Amino acid sequence: MSVVRVPPVLRSEAAGAREVVASGSTVRELLEDLTVQVPALGEKVFDGAEIRPYVNVYVDGEDIRTAGGLDAPVRNDATVVLLPAMAGGDGR
Amino acid sequence: MVAESLLDLIGSTPLVKLRRLSPPGVSIYAKLEGQNPTGSIKDRVALAMVDAAGLEPGAELLEPTSGNTGISLALVAKLRGLKLTCVMPANATPERRLVLELFGATIVDSPTNEGSNGAVRLAQEMAAADPRYTMLFQYANEWNPRAHYEGTGAEIVRDLPRVDALVAGLGTGGTLMGTGDRVREAFPDVVVAAAEPLPGDPVMGLRSLDDGYVPPILDVSKLDRKILVSNAESVATVHALLDGEGIFAGVSAGAVVHVAQKIGRELPEGSVVVAVLADGGWKYLSGDFWRSADVERSMESTLWW
Repeated sequence: MSVVRVPPVLRSEAAGAREVVASGSTVRELLEDLTVQVPALGEKVFDGAEIRPYVNVYVDGEDIRTAGGLDAPVRNDATVVLLPAMAGGDGR
Repeated sequence: MVAESLLDLIGSTPLVKLRRLSPPGVSIYAKLEGQNPTGSIKDRVALAMVDAAGLEPGAELLEPTSGNTGISLALVAKLRGLKLTCVMPANATPERRLVLELFGATIVDSPTNEGSNGAVRLAQEMAAADPRYTMLFQYANEWNPRAHYEGTGAEIVRDLPRVDALVAGLGTGGTLMGTGDRVREAFPDVVVAAAEPLPGDPVMGLRSLDDGYVPPILDVSKLDRKILVSNAESVATVHALLDGEGIFAGVSAGAVVHVAQKIGRELPEGSVVVAVLADGGWKYLSGDFWRSADVERSMESTLWW
C-alpha cells in the first residue's frame, strides 16, 4: 500500500483528506485504485487515460513524466505526491 | 581585470569543486552564479532579453517580479538608459522593494491574496492597456534559455572535460533548457536533472488547478530527472554548504546540491556532476528559517524560488 498526498486545492474532492491510501504495481494501477476510492479526485487527475497537463504526479519524489510515466512500476510503501504545476524563478 | 561596463562582468562564473559534499569517487562542481554583478544568475537572462528587444533609450520595461529577475533587469535597464516598472504582490518583503527602488525601478502592487499569479495578471493588463510598456516576460522569452545556451552551458563545456550530470533549479525552466541543450551537445549521455521546490500548503492553498502554469519555454521532455526537494532538505544543504565548503548559497542552491548528491551517489566512480547555484544567501537573511527548529513550518508560507 502506498500513501497519496493530496494538495490543498484537491482536498475538497477528497472530503478534506490530506492523504489517501492506495495500491497498485504501476503508477497507473495505483492512480486507478485512487479513482475507484475517490472518484472526484480521479476526475481532477486524469484527462481520459492521461494525467492532466497542469497536474504533476511524483513517486518517491520523482516526477513520473521523467521517470517512466504511468506504466512505471511502484514499490510497496511508496509515497505519491500530487501537485498543481507551478512556476517559480524569482526567489520569492 | 579591467571592464568598460559592469554588464561586461555578467557570466564567466567559476566552477568550484565541492571537496567535502561530493559523494565518494564522484566530483560535484558548483557553478557560482552568485558572483554575477547583482548576485544572481538572472543577470544573464536580463541582459540577453533586453539587448534582443532592441529598445530605444527611454523605453519602459514592465515585468511581474519581486525577486532576482527584477534586480537584474533594474541594473541592465539603468545602464542601457531604460525605465523599469516591477509588478509584485503587496506583501513582498521591504528589503526586496528597497533594493529595487535603490536601483531605480518603479513598483506597482498587485493584490496579496492573488500571489505571483496576480502580479502576472496585472502586468499583462497594464501592458495591454498602455503601448509604452514592453514586457519581456521571462517565462515565455526565448532569450531566457538562449542566455544559458550561449553563456552558462558554453562555459561549463569549455571548463570541464567531462560532465555526467547537470543539476539546476526549476523555476522558469530557462537554466535547464538552455544549459541542458548546450551540455548535451558536448556530452550526449549527460543526465539533465531539475530540482523542484515542494511548496508548503499555504502557498498551494492560494491556487486552484486552473491556475496551474507550465512556462512556455519549459519542455519537460528535455529533462531526464525532475526531483522534489522539501524546504527542510534545501535549508539543511545550505547549512552543509556553509559548514563544509564555506559557500553561502540561496535556498534553491541548497536544493540543487541536495539533488546533485543524490544523483552523484547513483553514478559510477569518476563521474562529474555540475550543480548550478543560482544565487547567494544574502537576500534571504530576513527569512526566519536560519535558526528555526521547525524549518518546514517557518518556510511554508512562501515560495522560495
